Amino acid sequence: MSLIRVIARKPAGLLGLIGVGGFLLLAYVVPFFVPLHNTVDIASVYVQPSFDHPLGTDFQGRDVLNQIVYGGRDILTIGFLAALFSTAIAITFGSLGATLGGKIDTIILGVADIVLTVPHLIVLIVVAAIFRPTGFLVIAIVLASLQWAGLLRQVRAQVLSLKEREYVEAARSLDLGLPHLIFREMLPNMASYIAIHFIFAMTGAVYAQVGLIVLGLIPQTGANWGVMLQLALQQGAIYFSDSVLYVLSPILAIALFQLSLVALASGLEDVFNPRLRAT
Amino acid sequence: MAAVIAAEERLAVRSIARERLGSMWRHPILRAALKAILTVLVATAITFALIRLLPGNPIDLRIDELTRDGSMTYEQARDQVSTIYPIDLNDPVPVQFVTYLWNVVRGDLGSSYLSTTASVTSIIFAVLPWTLFAVGTGLLLSFVVGIGLGLLAAYYRGSRFDQAVSTIGSIVSSVPNYLIAILIVLIFGVQLELIPITQMRGALSPGVHPGFTLEFIGDVFFHASLPIVVYFLTNIGHWILSMRNATLAALEEDYVVAARARGLSESRITTAYVGRNAALPLVTQLAIATGFIVGGAVLIEQVFLYQGVGLRLLRAVAQRDYPVMQGILLLVTVSVVVANLAADLLYSKLDPRIGRAS
Repeated sequence: MSLIRVIARKPAGLLGLIGVGGFLLLAYVVPFFVPLHNTVDIASVYVQPSFDHPLGTDFQGRDVLNQIVYGGRDILTIGFLAALFSTAIAITFGSLGATLGGKIDTIILGVADIVLTVPHLIVLIVVAAIFRPTGFLVIAIVLASLQWAGLLRQVRAQVLSLKEREYVEAARSLDLGLPHLIFREMLPNMASYIAIHFIFAMTGAVYAQVGLIVLGLIPQTGANWGVMLQLALQQGAIYFSDSVLYVLSPILAIALFQLSLVALASGLEDVFNPRLRAT
Repeated sequence: MAAVIAAEERLAVRSIARERLGSMWRHPILRAALKAILTVLVATAITFALIRLLPGNPIDLRIDELTRDGSMTYEQARDQVSTIYPIDLNDPVPVQFVTYLWNVVRGDLGSSYLSTTASVTSIIFAVLPWTLFAVGTGLLLSFVVGIGLGLLAAYYRGSRFDQAVSTIGSIVSSVPNYLIAILIVLIFGVQLELIPITQMRGALSPGVHPGFTLEFIGDVFFHASLPIVVYFLTNIGHWILSMRNATLAALEEDYVVAARARGLSESRITTAYVGRNAALPLVTQLAIATGFIVGGAVLIEQVFLYQGVGLRLLRAVAQRDYPVMQGILLLVTVSVVVANLAADLLYSKLDPRIGRAS
């Protein structure tokens, strides 16, 4: 609770907290209370906003607001999974390389360097074009496989410096085992990097994921903000004045979600940087 | 006895040689060069594996396609596919890889699936200048303006100006670039009708011929302007925030305090003492960023239908034209690696401490 209070002390952190919380509610809770309307209704194509359709309808007469409510879950879940996987890879191999050293460390660092160098979106486009990934897990793994390298280098550097500290030496001489050393003694010291990486990994995964959907390289199952945008572009909806809200709604949803994440990250930076907190 | 001494001497010589070699490896520039070559090699191996080795790979599929209706025997189909990449599919796979690698080194990336007379290299060179121009201009503009705004924001730290610049910078850089592109089309192109969006598609208007004429140059800028604006907007935040932080750090350095104490004019301190030192790490970042020019604007080019490398890649994806996809992937990787190497060299030139430290 005190963590939340510190994040909320700065306007950006407060906005980020409200934004991310709001999007989590919208994506995972609100759908339980709002019935799904996805029946095609040719009679009400591109209807202007009204009480029944607060954001109007799409090219098939489906309610836009309803699609926004139901369209967040997939995007958020894949983004969360991708961030989770990339963080797990970074922590595991970063601390492994730093504690084991030698050839294993060199190889891990070499792979990380290469992953940092290749242009991610282009690789994703080519990989998606060849394999046509389907399913949440596969997409999340593909996205995560390009995101872990930056955090890995930070974790590795931290472990290298932490393992010489006295309290870690003390734990080691008590023979508490490698998992205890890594998870109980060292990881808590890296919480700041890890939390901030996690948030930025989510923004990166959402960016790449929606980009791939818009390009038609990830199968469009169900309604999500990316699919809405892709269909809107395909239908040429950006060129009609009747359909502004239909195009604008998913754009704003994605952009606001990204902004909330970045704001939350900047709030977190203050939490973990006591020098900034004091002022 | 003499034999023992001789053997010891030989050992000593050998260990000196090993030390020299070792210190060569430790030399930062040589290591960077080695890493660059290794990265390109790995990238080539991965693209080769993607196309050639994995189950359901395009070459096997192609052979399958050609033999399915019975018009071609397996051998005929294989020979035809062989000409696409100039590799002999009868060879063992490692030999195929070496042949492929040798072809790449010679600049022969094979030919398009759709027409065996169109080489991948010529296809890429036809679109490369447009992307280099549009994205390069956007990057340079965002760097110059961002550095200036960041420096000013740091000088007037905490002022309205600082708050506005920092906030706007972080907002535009966290919204995905393709969304900004779509918003520009939607708001300024369609709703307000301020921008002739359909005329601006492509890289050149019909009837305009390349040449050193005002008409040509104007037309190039006309078509590239929207990609440049979007690239500018989505990158400027990074430069503003980095320069602001670097300047704040530089302002607290002892040499700045000393310069003030010596009574140097504020403008001289800003340019020669603070600005130059703060911009130093950013120049290397700019060098690294130039490597991403080639592949940096796929989605922006898609929204504006600007005929650069990114749009060509997407066309190859839609046509399942794997040699072209592979060629663009390689080109993009090589340019990033070369830019990284250049950044390493540049940094050791700009900052004499780096070369000596090791």
